[in-house]
Amino acid sequence: MISRIYVMPKNEAIKADSYLIDSKLSKKELIQLALALTNPILENYFINESPQIKGFSFAIEIGFLPGVTDNVGHTVKEITKDLLHLKKDSDFQVFTSKIFFVKEKNTEKVREYSLTLYNPLIERANIVSIKSNKINFLNEIPKVILKKRKLVINVSLGSDDELIEIGKKGIKNDDGTRRGPLALDLSSMKVIKEYFSKLKRNPTDIELESLAQTWSEHCKHTIFANPIDDIKDGLYKTYIKGATNLIRKNIQEKGGQDFCVSVFSDNAGGIIFDNDYLITHKVETHNSPSALDPFGGAVTGIVGVNRDTIGFGLGAKPVGNVYGFCFGEPNDKKPLFRDKEKKQKMLSLKRIMDGVVKGINVGGNCSGIPTVSGFVKFDDRYRAKPLVFAGTVGLIPRKINGKPSHEKTALAGDYIVIVGGRVGLDGIHGATFSSVVMDSNSPATAVQIGDPITQKKLSDALIKEARDMDLYNSITDDGAGGLSCSVAEMAKECGGAKVFLDKVPLKYPGLSPWEIWISESQERMTLSVPKNKWKIFNKLMQSRGVEATAIGEFTSSPKIIVQYGGKKIMDMEMEFLHNGLPKHHLKTEPNKFTSPQTPLLNKERGKRGEVYTKTLETLLAENNVSGFNFISQQYDHEVQASSVLKPTTGAGRINTDAQVFRPVLNSNKGAVLSTGICPSYGDISTYHMASCALDTAIRNSIACGGTLSELAILDNFCWCSSNDPKRLAQLVDAVKACYDCAVGYGTPFISGKDSMFNDFKGYDERGNEVAISIPPTLLISAISVMPDLYKTVSPEFKNNGDVIYLLGETNDELGGGEYFKMLAKNIHPALKGTQEEGNNTIGQNVPKVDLEKNTKTYLATEKAIQKELLASSMSVTSGGLAIALAKACVGGNIGCKVSIDKINGSLASVLSIDAKLFSESQGRILISVSPKNIKEFESIMKDISYFRLGKVIKGEKLLITDRKNEVVDTNVKKLTNIYHKFSNSQK
Amino acid sequence: MKTKKPKIIIMSGYGLNCEEETKFAFDSAGGQADIVHINDLIAKPKMLSEYQILVFPGGFSYGDDTGSGKAYANKFKNHLAKELTEFLSRDTLAIGICNGFQIMTNLGILPGALAQNKNGQYIDRWVDLKAGGVSPWLKGIKKISLPIAHGEGHYVIDKKDYENMKKNGQIAFTYAKGEIYNFQNLEYNPNGAQYDIAGVLAYNGRVLGMMPHPERAMFSHQNPTWYKNKKVPKEGKGLQIFKNAVNYFNK
Repeated sequence: MISRIYVMPKNEAIKADSYLIDSKLSKKELIQLALALTNPILENYFINESPQIKGFSFAIEIGFLPGVTDNVGHTVKEITKDLLHLKKDSDFQVFTSKIFFVKEKNTEKVREYSLTLYNPLIERANIVSIKSNKINFLNEIPKVILKKRKLVINVSLGSDDELIEIGKKGIKNDDGTRRGPLALDLSSMKVIKEYFSKLKRNPTDIELESLAQTWSEHCKHTIFANPIDDIKDGLYKTYIKGATNLIRKNIQEKGGQDFCVSVFSDNAGGIIFDNDYLITHKVETHNSPSALDPFGGAVTGIVGVNRDTIGFGLGAKPVGNVYGFCFGEPNDKKPLFRDKEKKQKMLSLKRIMDGVVKGINVGGNCSGIPTVSGFVKFDDRYRAKPLVFAGTVGLIPRKINGKPSHEKTALAGDYIVIVGGRVGLDGIHGATFSSVVMDSNSPATAVQIGDPITQKKLSDALIKEARDMDLYNSITDDGAGGLSCSVAEMAKECGGAKVFLDKVPLKYPGLSPWEIWISESQERMTLSVPKNKWKIFNKLMQSRGVEATAIGEFTSSPKIIVQYGGKKIMDMEMEFLHNGLPKHHLKTEPNKFTSPQTPLLNKERGKRGEVYTKTLETLLAENNVSGFNFISQQYDHEVQASSVLKPTTGAGRINTDAQVFRPVLNSNKGAVLSTGICPSYGDISTYHMASCALDTAIRNSIACGGTLSELAILDNFCWCSSNDPKRLAQLVDAVKACYDCAVGYGTPFISGKDSMFNDFKGYDERGNEVAISIPPTLLISAISVMPDLYKTVSPEFKNNGDVIYLLGETNDELGGGEYFKMLAKNIHPALKGTQEEGNNTIGQNVPKVDLEKNTKTYLATEKAIQKELLASSMSVTSGGLAIALAKACVGGNIGCKVSIDKINGSLASVLSIDAKLFSESQGRILISVSPKNIKEFESIMKDISYFRLGKVIKGEKLLITDRKNEVVDTNVKKLTNIYHKFSNSQK
Repeated sequence: MKTKKPKIIIMSGYGLNCEEETKFAFDSAGGQADIVHINDLIAKPKMLSEYQILVFPGGFSYGDDTGSGKAYANKFKNHLAKELTEFLSRDTLAIGICNGFQIMTNLGILPGALAQNKNGQYIDRWVDLKAGGVSPWLKGIKKISLPIAHGEGHYVIDKKDYENMKKNGQIAFTYAKGEIYNFQNLEYNPNGAQYDIAGVLAYNGRVLGMMPHPERAMFSHQNPTWYKNKKVPKEGKGLQIFKNAVNYFNK
């Protein structure tokens, strides 16, 4: 029987919750349940009858589409079972929905409004009119009904044309439809054909799907692994891993401490934190899913990378989350469509931003992991594919039960055990999907919704209990490719694996074996549990509300064997599965694009004097420069009681460029997180874009107290059209810069991830084809250990009379910076909306990194911080010195008076005022020092370039002069309003 | 001679998540705290009688699904109602912090309810509190600044009940203008709580529920004003609440 319970707020309700219950519950039991769902002070319940709804015309019900994870429904099921002592597998289903009441009387307008409430890819809307203050919704259950299909298909591999079709569009079903992209090219398909012709049989669908997952760009990182031009070992081995190997060798040769413990080999990278602990870091991207379902995509992104931490070594505890967003301009309302008929409209940019922001909110907050660090960037070219970075820092004892915790080995004979969520159709073809261009064929099932609480339960049960009880030998997470990848990866540790797919617990019946095998349903980990420990392991999981199932056994024979219904449906050699992918020799082509023009500076336009005041104020309002407190404030950054330098700081709550936290509460050691990302420099040179990203991440860390000798970095390349040799040339440049800078600073890469096809093909509102690619983007994340967190320095000015210094050299390096971008935007309204917008007059002098000089500056800063000589310290980044001064004043709610006369660099003797104020030259730190510490400070700085600029002054004035001319005269209150204006408008 | 350390039971499971730092705070204050999963307590309910202080820590039990604190409170009631009554009938203390406070109101051992924040959003920031009421938890505390982090912290109570609570000294904390307000110039009442209520008392002050997190204020560096003046003791002001509880049994 289907019943409906409404729970409605008591006062002036504009919405209600609805629970559709398909059960054999009695009336009395339903009342008991309704009472449990209602807080009597706040709400009323109604069973199978409509509440009285006064003053509204329509009700809109938003529920999930069949098969989409309904987290609340899941909780209500648990509540009911516990409350009414139902049997474990009693026939009982709950489906939740939200009901919104609207006053609008026009049906069409209500329908339009309803579109802003739901995402048709995962949700459904049901609109009814309210008659005599009552609503009447049909009790329709969104059950998944799967047609009976042939369980396993043998796929015949015929002509090249057929191979191409299978690779691009997928295996053909009985009814002629195709299953969705395998993203295998002809040469891969040919290798597969050859392999099976030697075996004298056709592959089964599950074998082919399994190969597609394992060989996907997402899993194999072919662009970084393949030889390219004369780099025969490929970019990753030569430059990324190559840099780390060289740095570690250098350290060891000098007799220093190599703090790298586990790099590139596990789900995250691990370095030494102190004598007792390792600290790990990993940053992922979740771009394609976030474009389709921003909320679900972002939740899945963050809880997914949490699992990378739980899957590090024997299981690290997540102690900090990080995020990074690259969005299109949220006020841009130009629609995009995935199809020519304009039926598949892309979500608006505001919706994408709000959804992604909320996704990280729910994923992080619900998991009890502080969101320590984050950034947001805007560029028109991210409007079709936003970039969503999500990362997690973990903590793990160096030894567990006397053994090194970062080592793990599944043994032949161990059970293959999966724990956590059940398997459904969600996320099928996620790995192969993220390896292709997004268009109208993008699979809706690629979307998953994370359930942070299911994961929290399994995380606690594993890393707070089972791990220390020594109940398993190895662990990894189920991410891209699902079981097909996790089992095959772990099987490398012992030889092979044998799986009985019928044992995998399902969300609903009717899934084909291949779907079970590659589904990316969330919140699952795969473990190898010794047979004699299975009973106690399973009992522990049960008592923690976590489902665990043994689905097979690890073996020593080098094969993956999968059985279903007593039949062998997959039988593949590990060697072919993991190493059969043919190598491609990639070629680059020089990327000759027209050099961007330089805009006219203020002086050249005949403007003088205080014109810079206006320029500074306008620049501070740019959303790549101003604050984003609306995001920081809704993420719990203080759970685990570890916060030291928070996401915002000071009276004026400016966003910090680096954050410090205390992962071990009884230790005074701090962990420092920071990032560097400067995609617009890449319009001029990707080499300098990459070196500046690296320098920025390091400088941000050093400025607040990070330690150069204990600093590790992570790379996330998000590229576009990576089969275009010109884009590959830009990639090679960027990777070489990574190598040069990492080696130069002695900061090893410990982990990384790439996403190489961030391209969109679709249609505009007139039905014209449009192609939008993101600008090549590199995120560098840094993690550093500082010896004494009580020495952390925050960036805002503190006290009247403190002396202000600028460390490092300023050069005419305005190219690609925020100032030129702002001028470009204002100069060329005609170019608005085109791909060229904003990047054709951004100048040529992109900032360059001087490794030697900057190293000296950073080491001197470290020393000054250790001696506690600094009152404030801010890394100079987007918008240059003037913006740094403005932010330091806003943060401290105090003024300053500085002179920029003497500032110069090594490249030119005379700098324009524009360059002094807004150049984004790297390696610079803005510092204030109490007068009593000046002498000691200056003696530490004597061998580096520094300039004494002026003083912090009480009151509200921010004054900048150049050769006795006042160039900026503004006030801090005004700047504070400007700084927070964009953020406040997004609340 | 000093008496034995009081034993503290901190509940965990199903998405509660502040149990570790709350244990650290109680241990630092001189207590002996154990983290116990609700299913382990259900399996051995008599265990509760060994403890002097019961703690529902902060977190996101059941992901706030169906309303914060409801589902966890239901589970506790279904299995441990008798033991809870017994526990509270002894000379014991209990505290619920944030989600723990929400659980306690749903359990019916504290008055009122917690609804969604006025602006509809989760919020993490520091607030100033004025302490009132009569309770061992609040000894020596007149005002204090602590962080909040919640989506449902808007305290709701009807007028008559409020008048009674006031009369009985049951208002533990109200949001007020103080150090943080002066420093960051934010709304002093962050969530629209009625009568500015941030924490309440019952059982003669022995049971305390509060939205702010004292365990996130046990080190001075956690306070946003610290960077302006680092020359303060390393211990944060929030620890006093835990010390008060431990000292109650060491008197």
